[in-house]
Amino acid sequence: MDRLDQLEAQAIYILREAYANFDNLAMLWSIGKDSTVLLWLARKAFFGHVPITLAHIDTHYKIPEMIEYRDNLARKWNLNMVYGENTDALNDKQTFPDGNVDRIQCCRNLKTEALKNTLSGAWKRYRMNHETGKYDVDNNKEPYTGVIVGLRADEEGSRSKERYFSPRNKENDWNLDDQPPELWNQFNTDFAPGTHIRIHPILDWTELDIWKYIERENIPTVSLYYDQGEGRRYRSLGCYPCTTPVESTAKNVAEIIAELESGKFSKIAERSGRAQDKDDGGGLETLRREGYM
Amino acid sequence: MKNEDFLRLVVVGHVDHGKSTLLGRLLSDTGSLPDGKLESVKAYCKSNSRPFEYAFLLDALKNEQAQGITIDAARIHFQTKKRDYLIIDAPGHIEFLKNMITGASRAESAILLIDAKEGVMENSKRHGYLLSMLGIKQILVCINKMDLVDHSEKRYEEVKQEYSNFLKEIGIKPKGFIPISAFEGDNIAEKSKKMDWYKGTTVLDFLDSFEKSKASFEKPFRMPLQDIYKFTDKGDDRRVFAGKIETGKINVGDEIVFLPSNKTSKIKTIESFNTPVMDSALSGESIGFTLEEQIYVKRGEVICKKTEKMCQSSSLIKANIFWMSHSPLTKDKTYYLKVGTDKVKMRLRSIERIIDATSLDSNNKEQVERHDVAECILELNDPLAFDLAKDIEELGRFVIVDEYLISGGGIITANMDKRASKIQKQLLLREEKWEKSSVTFEERSVRFAQKPCMVLITGEKEYDKKPLGKMVERELFDHGRNVYYVGMSNIVSGLNIDIKKNSSEHVRRLGEIANLMIKSGTLIIATASDLTYEDIQMLKMIVGEDEIKVIKISSENGASDLLLKPDMDMKENTIAILEYLRDERIIFLP
Ligand SMILES: Nc1nc2c(ncn2[C@@H]2O[C@H](COP(=O)(O)OP(=O)(O)O)[C@@H](O)[C@H]2O)c(=O)[nH]1
Repeated sequence: MDRLDQLEAQAIYILREAYANFDNLAMLWSIGKDSTVLLWLARKAFFGHVPITLAHIDTHYKIPEMIEYRDNLARKWNLNMVYGENTDALNDKQTFPDGNVDRIQCCRNLKTEALKNTLSGAWKRYRMNHETGKYDVDNNKEPYTGVIVGLRADEEGSRSKERYFSPRNKENDWNLDDQPPELWNQFNTDFAPGTHIRIHPILDWTELDIWKYIERENIPTVSLYYDQGEGRRYRSLGCYPCTTPVESTAKNVAEIIAELESGKFSKIAERSGRAQDKDDGGGLETLRREGYM
Repeated sequence: MKNEDFLRLVVVGHVDHGKSTLLGRLLSDTGSLPDGKLESVKAYCKSNSRPFEYAFLLDALKNEQAQGITIDAARIHFQTKKRDYLIIDAPGHIEFLKNMITGASRAESAILLIDAKEGVMENSKRHGYLLSMLGIKQILVCINKMDLVDHSEKRYEEVKQEYSNFLKEIGIKPKGFIPISAFEGDNIAEKSKKMDWYKGTTVLDFLDSFEKSKASFEKPFRMPLQDIYKFTDKGDDRRVFAGKIETGKINVGDEIVFLPSNKTSKIKTIESFNTPVMDSALSGESIGFTLEEQIYVKRGEVICKKTEKMCQSSSLIKANIFWMSHSPLTKDKTYYLKVGTDKVKMRLRSIERIIDATSLDSNNKEQVERHDVAECILELNDPLAFDLAKDIEELGRFVIVDEYLISGGGIITANMDKRASKIQKQLLLREEKWEKSSVTFEERSVRFAQKPCMVLITGEKEYDKKPLGKMVERELFDHGRNVYYVGMSNIVSGLNIDIKKNSSEHVRRLGEIANLMIKSGTLIIATASDLTYEDIQMLKMIVGEDEIKVIKISSENGASDLLLKPDMDMKENTIAILEYLRDERIIFLP
């Protein structure tokens, strides 16, 4: 088995453990490459099916192509697709693009709060109706107790302290240094009432692993990752007011791999195009502590 | 990064014995540092008139990592002529032991550092013990700071001797010892001129002689069953048995056995998604397969091959445990033990000895406290399939869950139930020769709206359980169930007339009779006093752990499915039992 085989087998093992141990399980799908690889791994784990709800937080500032891509795949792969949003903040224009709050507060409103309340079931969820192809209000208001996240340890510092299964309390808090141990392939799958567990199947993957796997498996990705002839592409996808592309002429997966292997970005953070990271002092620790992903 | 050949390395040792320094050295001597990094940290120290420390260098690197700059350094890498090394961060402070253990449990090799001047300390011993428990076989011991002891061979031999003696007592043989000075770089990448008396190799050469973990596909096949999938609602009729192969290999057509249920079948297909069709699979792979013959097994069972040595099953084991939680491991509490994908209720029966990491003295504690290493006997509620750690470590290690959190870990060193292995052999034969009925279990269940099983009422001798058993039988019968009350005396003076009074053979035969009756679709109510823990476990093996419910009437707590109080009257207890059977869906509405 080569490195990708090993990473794949481990991720599948973790996904199946999650599925076996949690009744209310959701997988966050940001449409980005990491969570899309995760979705693909779920299809692998469950032999072509995805028996897990996919949850997306719609900030309404995503690049439109991303939402289109999401719904196309949801239909094609017959996904249990759910999204949530911070309707109040959007209506009251409590966003950065509206000029009323700073970037960090905007992330807090549109992502952190929306995510927390979507997962807990406090706010409305919208579920794709595969008959009409539209989203209906979801009747299920149960909190998700297991949340699968496509987090990678190499992305930024605070993430390298995570476990595969990280228990979180009600407030989404986590104590970096006092996490329970995780030995061999035995994970913390039990949780106290009111708490939940974050599950990280691709924690050990690097950006390069992700692209090599996308190439090997031929996983569909959004075209925003590739240069469309203007010498620019997105390395990390977010909301358009706060995401800038990198200079690159990589037009396809193979060229991205070559670019990464050349070391071109070895001194530039993957998320450097994401403005909120800088505003949060680089490590995203504040936002992360509050439950941001 | 070369993909195939990388070795996961953990560096451990007592605090201040030089872990960071050695790491920094390894990185700089292998040219694995970013250009100018070392110089800039040194310059920084100088301009702030602080002595240079390799620890600062590591901090600086981690800082950059915190900003996400390195693309393929989730953790720290260095490279030798031979291969890549991935260093697993393992903080040495006792408070961080949980993190050290988490990291080290994923390493395949380790360097253990001992300060030549300070000598063997508490954590030198504790870490040595933990490494062996975690299954790390390739351990290199470096006696560091040789410059502080004038590069003295005598001192080196002293420390080496002391530590070897300790390791020997706990049954560990390190791969080697090297005298080094991490700070000065002696014997790290190059042989030191200051220690001519040392004839061995350098640290780097030694690491390169480590082997990638032995191909575990040469061991007997083991796959803990993770789940059984059937996505009929998605138009898929396959019934797929999924899991990750821990050891060995499997081919289409192989005959397999599920333990502890002893059910057998044959591999029909190996299933996967977006790969070419597979007809065999190896250890390390996450796969699934379909079976020729449909059988009922559940998550947690271990799949073995009929032609190979199989795992053991038993509910009484001896283990070495390492405890990590603030609340101690005690005898009056029920825990969960997780091995492979199985999870069984567990109680601490006895502590054989607590190994004091400092003195190796055993002392008589009544509980296992945080950071203790202890040899214990554990009682499990249901039979567990496992291997001894020395045979197949993948199936010989476990964690203990207290409330919600993993609180301890350990390895299984012995099967304490001597009867269990004999019974297991008999059961394997029974399953193999079993003539299957033309009527299925489901058909029988549906006819009587019940899940046929054995309801065993046991407990204090003073409490007469027979009338209770019969009252439950009457109630169930009146509600249309197919039920029969069996008292021990029905068997003892009949079928068992040839057996001595106190033989465990009585219990075995009760089990076999119950098994036949359950197969016939009957719900059996049995009463028996004086059953030992081992007796009940034997019954569970014989009829299957899901086909038996143990109801205990006792004023004390104890392992059981339902605990009733002797001071309740019979009517109340009958109602409680019926309610329990409904909750467990042993009886249901047609
Ligand atoms: N003289 C000498 N000092 C050393 C050597 N290795 C480490 N040290 C010092 O010992 C102290 C503790 O080392 P450090 O690597 O931080 O230990 P850690 O706590 O195990 O990571 C530091 O002041 C180091 O400079 C050595 O080989 N010789």
